[in-house]
Order: sequence, then C-alpha cells, then structure tokens
Amino acid sequence: MKSNSEGLIIDGIAAFIDRDNIDTDQIIPTEYLKSIKKFGFEDYLFDGWRYKDDGKLGITKEERDIDESFILNKKPFNESKILLARDNFGCGSSREHAVWALRDFGIKAVIASSFGDIFYNNSFKNGVLPIKLPKSEIEFLFNQTQKKVLELTINLQNKVISYGDKNIPFHVEKHLIDRIIYGLDDVDITLQEKDKIFDFEKIRIKERPWIFK
Amino acid sequence: MKTLYDKLWEEHHVTRLDSGESLLYIDRHYLHEVTSPQAFEGLTKKNLKPWRLDANIATPDHNVPTTRGSDFRSEQIEDEISKIQVVELDKNCNKFGIKQFDIQSTNQGIVHVIGPELGYTLPGMTIVCGDSHTSTHGALGCLAMGIGTSEVEHVLATQCLKVSKLKNMNVRFEGEVGEHVSSKDIVLYLIRQIGTAGGTGYAIEFSGSYISSISVEGRMTICNMAIEAGAKVGLIAPDEKTIDYVKSNSFLDQDIFNKAEEYWKTLKSDDDAKFDKEIIIDVSKIKPQVTWGTSPEMVMNYDEPIPTVFDTNDDNKKNVELARDYMGIENESKLSDLIFDKVFIGSCTNSRIEDLRQAAEIVKGKTVASNISEAIVVPGSGLVKEQAENEGLDKIFTDAGFVWRDPGCSMCLGMNPDQLKPYERCASTSNRNFEGRQGYLGRTHLMSPIMAAYTAINGTVGDPS
Repeated sequence: MKSNSEGLIIDGIAAFIDRDNIDTDQIIPTEYLKSIKKFGFEDYLFDGWRYKDDGKLGITKEERDIDESFILNKKPFNESKILLARDNFGCGSSREHAVWALRDFGIKAVIASSFGDIFYNNSFKNGVLPIKLPKSEIEFLFNQTQKKVLELTINLQNKVISYGDKNIPFHVEKHLIDRIIYGLDDVDITLQEKDKIFDFEKIRIKERPWIFK
Repeated sequence: MKTLYDKLWEEHHVTRLDSGESLLYIDRHYLHEVTSPQAFEGLTKKNLKPWRLDANIATPDHNVPTTRGSDFRSEQIEDEISKIQVVELDKNCNKFGIKQFDIQSTNQGIVHVIGPELGYTLPGMTIVCGDSHTSTHGALGCLAMGIGTSEVEHVLATQCLKVSKLKNMNVRFEGEVGEHVSSKDIVLYLIRQIGTAGGTGYAIEFSGSYISSISVEGRMTICNMAIEAGAKVGLIAPDEKTIDYVKSNSFLDQDIFNKAEEYWKTLKSDDDAKFDKEIIIDVSKIKPQVTWGTSPEMVMNYDEPIPTVFDTNDDNKKNVELARDYMGIENESKLSDLIFDKVFIGSCTNSRIEDLRQAAEIVKGKTVASNISEAIVVPGSGLVKEQAENEGLDKIFTDAGFVWRDPGCSMCLGMNPDQLKPYERCASTSNRNFEGRQGYLGRTHLMSPIMAAYTAINGTVGDPS
C-alpha cells in the first residue's frame, strides 16, 4: 500500500458554524438527494443557510440568491478546507450525500466535539476526516476565530492539529484514518475474506434456514 | 452475562479483520430509490453481482407521489428528477434480479413498514438499509441499523458489514401511561431526557413493563426514533406478542416456523447482562409530548411554556434563539398560542394501522378546523391502506375533512409533492423537525397521531381529553 503524501497533511483556513446538532438535512437538503450521481453536490452544501431562495437540483450557485452573510460565501472562507462546529455534527439521516457535499466543496476535515454515528462512518469512506475534540478545545478554537482567520495544519499521521505554537492532539482509530491516507476500498478488502464468508453462510443456511426462504 | 445485542453480534460474527473491525453477516437488506443508485453503479463498475439475491428487498417510497391512484407507473411521475430516481430503481432491480415491490404493487409502501408486515423482518436477523430509520426493525428483536451508500454497495457485494461493536445501553420504561399517551410520547420524552446525542455509540435495548404492555407496532415507533436519540441501533427482545405478530405475517412453512420460534424464544439479555449505561423512566407521569424547536430534543409537555433565552443555560442560549427564530415563535408563550396550517399523519414512525386507529378515534364525528388548509393521512403501505379502508377509517378521516392518500414517505421529507410552503406550521407524526425537512422554511412540530388528529380538529395544540 502506498500513501499519498499530499493526503498526510490537511492545511488551510477553517470556516466555523457556531451551532450544536447540525443535522445532515442542513448539510444537504432532501431535494438534492434525487441525484443518482456520486459527485457534483458542491453548490448545495448548507443550501438552506447559504442562499436566500429555495433551490432545485441542477440549478447552480450562479442562478441563486446568495446570502452574503453566511460564512462559506465570505472570502477567504469560501475556500476553506476545514470546518469547525460544536456538538453532534452530522446527526440525523444516513445520507452519504452530506459527506459528498462537504467533499465536493473542498472540505477535507470537520472538527467538532461529537458526531452522528452514521455520518462519522460515512466520512472516512470519502476522504473527509471527522476530528473529535474535547469541548474545551472547541471553545478555544471558536475563541480564536473571533480574533483572526483560523489557519490550521492537521497532520494525519501524527494525529495533531497545529495552530501557531499550539498543538492539539486528537484520537481516531487507525483503521479509519488509514482509509483516508491510503484511499482503501472496503469491498476489495472484504472480498479477500470471501472463503470465510462462504463457510459462515453455509453453516447459517443449515442452522437458520428460515433466513434464506 | 450477555445482552441481546451481544448475542446477535456473536451470532453474525464472520471474522475479525486485521484492522480490528469485524465482518458481520447481513441477513436482510432493504433498498429504496434514494440511497441505492450510486451503490448499484459501484457494483457495475467493479463488475460484481449481489452476493445473495434473496437477502434483498426493494421498494420506492421517498419520491413517490401520494395522489397517484392505482395503475400508476414510475414513468408518470411529474417531477423529472424524482422520476429518474424511481425508474432507476426499477432498472437496477430488473438488471440485478432483486425482488421489488414497485410503485404499482399493492405491497408497496415505506420500506420500514412493509418489511415487518410482509414477513421479511424476522427476530434475530441482522438488517440494514440505506436509511437511518432502519432501527425500526429492532422492535422485532433484530440487530438493525441505517447505513450509508458506500455500505449499501459493500453489503450488496459481500453480504457483510464492516463494523466495530457498539456499547450497550438499557432503557427501562416502567409503569402505565395515562390517557392519550402513546409510544411516540414515550420516545420523545426519552430524547428530551438524554438529548439527540445521548445514544451516540450505543445500541439501546428498550425493556420494562411498559414495553411488554404495548403492541409490536408501538414498539416499532420507539425503535424507529432510537436514531433521534443518537443510537443507530434500537432493539427489543421478542416475546409472545412478537411471535404472534410474526406468525400472522409469515410466509414460512409450519415446520420451519416452529424451529425458528424455538430459537427466537432464546433471544433476550441474560438476567445478569452487563450494560454500559442504564436508564429507568417512570412513564406514568409522562404527558403528551410536542416539539417546539428544530431538533427532536427541543420537546416538552404540550402545555408547558416554550423555552426562552432567559430561562436557558448559557450553553444552549444560541440554539434556543436560532430555533425560536426559525419556528416563528415571537410573543407566544405556549404551544396552544401557535396557529397551525397543516397536519400530516404518516411516515415510518406513525403510519401503521394502530396509529391510524388512534387518530381516527379522535377525529370521529368532528371537522377539521378552518385554519387548517390541509390535513393528510398517508398510510404506510398498500396493506395498511387496505386494512384501514376495510375498517372504515378512511371514511372517518374524509368525512372530517382530511385527505386520504396513497402510501409513501410523503410529507416527512421534501422529496415528493407533499411539502410545506415557507412559514407554514405543521402538526406532524414524523420523526424530524429539522429546518426545511418538510419543505423550504416549513415549521414542523412533532407529536403523536392522537395529538396531530386533535390539532387538526382544534386548530391548535391542546388537551385531547
């Protein structure tokens, strides 16, 4: 396995949304779930907050009434690679489109005090790193955003966020972060265990036949 | 020593991977049109086929119009983009050979309603679907959870889910509920207590005398909203009621059923099972619950004062302010001061026959209030619709001024024509009051079918007795 050296460091401006419970309906509203594609969701990220009008799938940013006061519409945050939020980010619906929208916009890491379970899991499959930090560190970072534009460097291998002289370590399961560093495909990995699955299934068909009717 | 979740985990454990994660064998996989197209595309790109066809059951639910009548084909959906998605499901099911209850089938419905009622959800199964409300199936003693689209592809290709084990939580509901209090109120009350992140990282087992006393349908409402408490898995040990329910819907031969039944009876947490967290709730004091804000945890007794920034702690002030603003709550101090525009009875939380019976009981002989521009009842499936019509419930609703619809997710989420207009206030039996969930700038108040029916008649929230 080869790692992509570019994938080891995420370095850039952090946009911030000072809210708890940012659910996946806010990250991308249901209208855009009608797409049968896996890409092209960047214009619909935080649609309800980013625009002053109601959008439809296929209508681009240029045709919309943009809410200039929303952080992702303001320079330099329109080019943020990192998003800072509070508690329970990505709660609600299982839609992977929420991660696709963040990814397509260019967000590579989300920092919050906690995440919805399904969103957290979906993120690693699409190269978006969710970072859980204690509430005190989140508070510190929000305080910094009031002083100046927050520029962070996230080292995926050492699992440290650097901000000026300050280093904030974070924890993430190795097998999860490896998916981002090495761009691993779960289906390929699991199919290496094909024989074990077949053997398991054979026994199950015998012991629990009602499952297979 | 072991919890029900531990037992189901071990029963389905194929192998532990080098990464430390486990492969869990998946017995049943439900599919719908929204989260499956990219997964099927992934299979095609990898030149793979579904591992085990008979594990998969599909139906369109999120995008389907609920005014379609019979003989309606996917191609007749007016919204071009919705049409593509539903037609794509037809194509994928045909291409891969997956059993689908399509838009014309009398068995079509919300995936979490049809699974149990058609006998595809059985106790002890692992069940997944690209939909967070898959936790519903846990009510029959299943290990059921919502997954993302990458995982949908993974389950199609390998019949396994790659996961780490969750922690165990036991929520015991004890006591008897008061009049007009239903399982929806109980689960909303729990969310109020532990918050929408309270169950994150846990599988929640619901138990206690209250759970034993309610129907399997009531249990489904509770497990359905486990995800709104943050838990992707909610489950309840099967008992006689579960087995009777399964028997009445079963397509299995008697001898196989008997063998299965023996196994199902073993599915419960041991008396000395160790839970990482235990919560006991006395249900006898719970009043009907109604949400006031934009998160399911912003919920209260229907007659309590609406929170203001002045009576909220510092941590929560901003959330309360934003929610009040979005919900258009200005000087109103109680929910009964708010004037409602629409009523929605339906969704995977509350569209089963028992829900419709409870709502009909309130509505019988009454008329929808003049400020309610639209009150709709959307049965969860073709079978629920038929049953309700046989019982004359449709007539009770339509006589009162409700509109009786065809099955689908409907106004639970803005993917089909049933949507709120900006600033409309809705009494809804669905599960999420998020901003824009029922339509752009729409205002959702979650409540039980009883309370929604009462709000339709009264025009505002109030005491149904």
